[in-house]
Amino acid sequence: MVSDANVTSLADAATPRSKARSSGARRHLVGAMLLGLFLTFQMLPIYWLVRMSLMKPADIMASADFLPKAPSFDNYMTIFTDPTWYNTYINSLTYVILNSIISLSVALPAAYAFSRYKFIGDKHVFFWLFTNRMAPPAVFLLPFFQLYSAVGLFDTPFAVALAHCLFNVPLAVWILEGFMSGVPKEIDETAYVDGYSFPRFFITIFLPLIRAGIGVTAFFCFMFSWIELLLARTLTSVEAKPIVVAMTRAVSASGLDWGLLAAAGVLTILPGMAVIWFVRNYIAKGFALGRV
Amino acid sequence: MNKIEDNRAWFLILPVVLLVAFSAVVPLMTVVNYSVQDIFGPHQRAFIGVEWFREMLRDPDVQASFVRQILFSVIILAIEIPLGVLVALGLPRKGWKSSLAIVLLAIPLLVPFNVVGTIWQVYARPEIGLLGSTVNALGIPYNYTADGISAWVTIVAMDVWHWTPLVALLAFAGLRSIPDAYYQAARIDAASRLAVFRYIELPKMRSVLTIAILLRFMDSFMIYTEPFVVTGGGPGSATTFLSIRLVNMAVGQFDLGPAAAFSLMYFLVILLVSYVFYTILQRINAS
Amino acid sequence: MAEIAIDNLRHSYDNDLSDPSRLALKRVDLTWKNGSAYALLGPSGCGKTSMLNIISGLVRQTTGRVLFNGNDVTDLPTEARNIAQVFQFPVLYDTMTVEQNLAFPLRNRGEDKATIRRRVGEVAEMLDLVPLLKKRAAGLGAAEKQKISLGRGLVREDVAAILFDEPLTVIDPHVKFELRRKLKLVHDALNLTLIYVTHDQSEALTLADEVVVMSDGEVMQVGTPQDLYERPKHRFVGNFIGSPGMNFIPCTLEGERLVFAGGALAAPNWLGPRLKPDQKLAIGVRPQALCVAGAGEEAVAGRIVEAQLRGDSYIADVAIGETLVKMRLPDHVALPTDVFGVHFPPRSTLVFADDRLLGDLHEQD
Repeated sequence: MVSDANVTSLADAATPRSKARSSGARRHLVGAMLLGLFLTFQMLPIYWLVRMSLMKPADIMASADFLPKAPSFDNYMTIFTDPTWYNTYINSLTYVILNSIISLSVALPAAYAFSRYKFIGDKHVFFWLFTNRMAPPAVFLLPFFQLYSAVGLFDTPFAVALAHCLFNVPLAVWILEGFMSGVPKEIDETAYVDGYSFPRFFITIFLPLIRAGIGVTAFFCFMFSWIELLLARTLTSVEAKPIVVAMTRAVSASGLDWGLLAAAGVLTILPGMAVIWFVRNYIAKGFALGRV
Repeated sequence: MNKIEDNRAWFLILPVVLLVAFSAVVPLMTVVNYSVQDIFGPHQRAFIGVEWFREMLRDPDVQASFVRQILFSVIILAIEIPLGVLVALGLPRKGWKSSLAIVLLAIPLLVPFNVVGTIWQVYARPEIGLLGSTVNALGIPYNYTADGISAWVTIVAMDVWHWTPLVALLAFAGLRSIPDAYYQAARIDAASRLAVFRYIELPKMRSVLTIAILLRFMDSFMIYTEPFVVTGGGPGSATTFLSIRLVNMAVGQFDLGPAAAFSLMYFLVILLVSYVFYTILQRINAS
Repeated sequence: MAEIAIDNLRHSYDNDLSDPSRLALKRVDLTWKNGSAYALLGPSGCGKTSMLNIISGLVRQTTGRVLFNGNDVTDLPTEARNIAQVFQFPVLYDTMTVEQNLAFPLRNRGEDKATIRRRVGEVAEMLDLVPLLKKRAAGLGAAEKQKISLGRGLVREDVAAILFDEPLTVIDPHVKFELRRKLKLVHDALNLTLIYVTHDQSEALTLADEVVVMSDGEVMQVGTPQDLYERPKHRFVGNFIGSPGMNFIPCTLEGERLVFAGGALAAPNWLGPRLKPDQKLAIGVRPQALCVAGAGEEAVAGRIVEAQLRGDSYIADVAIGETLVKMRLPDHVALPTDVFGVHFPPRSTLVFADDRLLGDLHEQD
């Protein structure tokens, strides 16, 4: 009897699965195929950039063959050996990191205030901060140029770092507020009862609790500052010229060296990819501004 | 969460307020100042009231850019929001496949704006780009430097490429917050796939989709660098969006007064539309 | 309504049956009788929820069969099995009203409007949900939400069985009692097969006609609450049921005596012949069964080490030689301060060999 049951069950397992199951599997397949198609659509332009970065300008202009012709790392070598190129890369990193530090250090206490306290004008300030995220950078080009020239910051990394605070600080406050609201208020109260001062509580207890949120916020500040061109171009000329600007000027100065341009482009994508790997598990929540 | 009433919290937000005020209020005042004056030279200017505003509202180029901009934002939202949700539904929920897909998906978001432009400028070229040559090989006439429709298709495709991942990741964050029990209950209730989407997934994605729609509207309405690099606003002025128009006016022609008036109205439109969106979406969520 | 049989079932979440220690369910054969209320009891991770999900078809077992009234439903999807299941956390369709929530399973099955209205009305009546019908489900309390989850299961006619997966976890204690009573009433009224997963033994013992105790992917015992309490078939059940659990005293059979460190009891005559070599013997006795020996009763000498008052009685640690046992003593009698006689009532004193029950000291062949 027992062996009979065994035979039946094995046979059952081998027979084709039921309708619902196969339709579930089909649905899964459709989803996977759609995702695959979309990721291909996403990756092809990137591939095209990488392909170009490995080729000579003449070869690039000659054809649209899928595989690169005579691939070499010459373009990258040019960038790494020419200080006018690699300095721009360092300039970019300088203001991006500066911006991330400034944004985080002012946004952390503010986000805490918004997540824990009610105070006069709280909603208005929050909304006002957010309106700055809605201001087209094009609107501010000229006034920024005049303002930072007047205070002597023009063509320094500080000018760009401060200008980028305009959209990064509101975003940082918003994301951090979302993460902080997920931390129960009882933790604060317990700490105060235990005799912690606010700064000590904030730094030794609270910040470690929202590590993920800080990481994600830093990532977003980094990303939005890194990819911005318009303000960075307006507020720098020679000394603090960032890589993104160097690229646009290389286009006009030396004719069009697509290979070199592509190599520089590839190099601008790498830091972001390095950073994203570290926050990949929080990235979805971060994109939802900590509100899921 | 119940918040404590304490006005000392102002000390905590003071640094933010000062910093943002420095970057926002002073320049904004400058813009307001310009918008009501006619400037002839370094120290010669005259107060002219709302004249620049009136002129800008009547300017056919500005009007055309405005219509173009609205059309662009509508198309972008109509494609990116549903596509992003679809992609999110196809994403694996956990494991290394999920991490890998997320990282790949996020790559376009990390590409500097002008590099996005550069990539598509080449990618879409008929003689040297994969997209351009493939489309032409299929017998479809396509040349974005000469043909307005092609230029639009290119810029829309580029924006979809660039920003759909943002919508997808937002939607995914919403989906991942749904406990398994919901899907199990739906199976017990014999809910169809469509019903699961309609009654479980969509309601749970509402708040993140609100954020997605707001962000995508604002950013598409402010778009400058990517189309500027690809088409320079052309052919003709087929892809001259509001920001391109504005920068041409302010930096190209140095028409500070009109540019300032334009800026203020531009900003106000974004504020207004965002506010309307926000209230409507809030109301839908509440009902 | 259905009798549910589980036949030679084994399950592994990675579909690999080669390593028994990693199986979620290790060879289960079990029949759930039609119309009975069962509690499925066991510690976290013992396979309770897996068992439930396999019955409802949410999880497909690696091997083995599930039969409803003798029909193999192994290949039937969840929606075709006609099972109602209520989860630990309330599952509601937030955008719908209570009425729409209740109607949802019927609408999905294409029932006509009149039937839907009638059934929703009946179920709402039974679960006291009538005043809430037009309200949005999202704003209700946890207890109402669980009632709606239950209602969505009951609204279908002729449900095969109703499965609960720790449904009262998020309910306030004072509402819990009320809701449990409601469940019992519904069960009695509809004569459904009811399976109720819980790790709370008082919940299991009050609700169920029969209790299934599971541990580590195996069914340890199926029986009435009284059976489990008085005659646990396995040491695990003895420990798990009752508070404090059963005393287990390692012992050896020496001639006609069961000898343990500190004393000895008369061995029953069946024990010697049934015993296999190298089996480890233990005496099992409930703290509530032990008593102070009366005149002429067989006793071993013990002394109280420590006693705690628990409600209307003491639970005392009693040292019998080197053996420590728990013993319940009434609070209206002064505790013995010196050495006293501990009586092991033969009917309630069980013998276990290798953790499995052999019999009690009273039986004779």
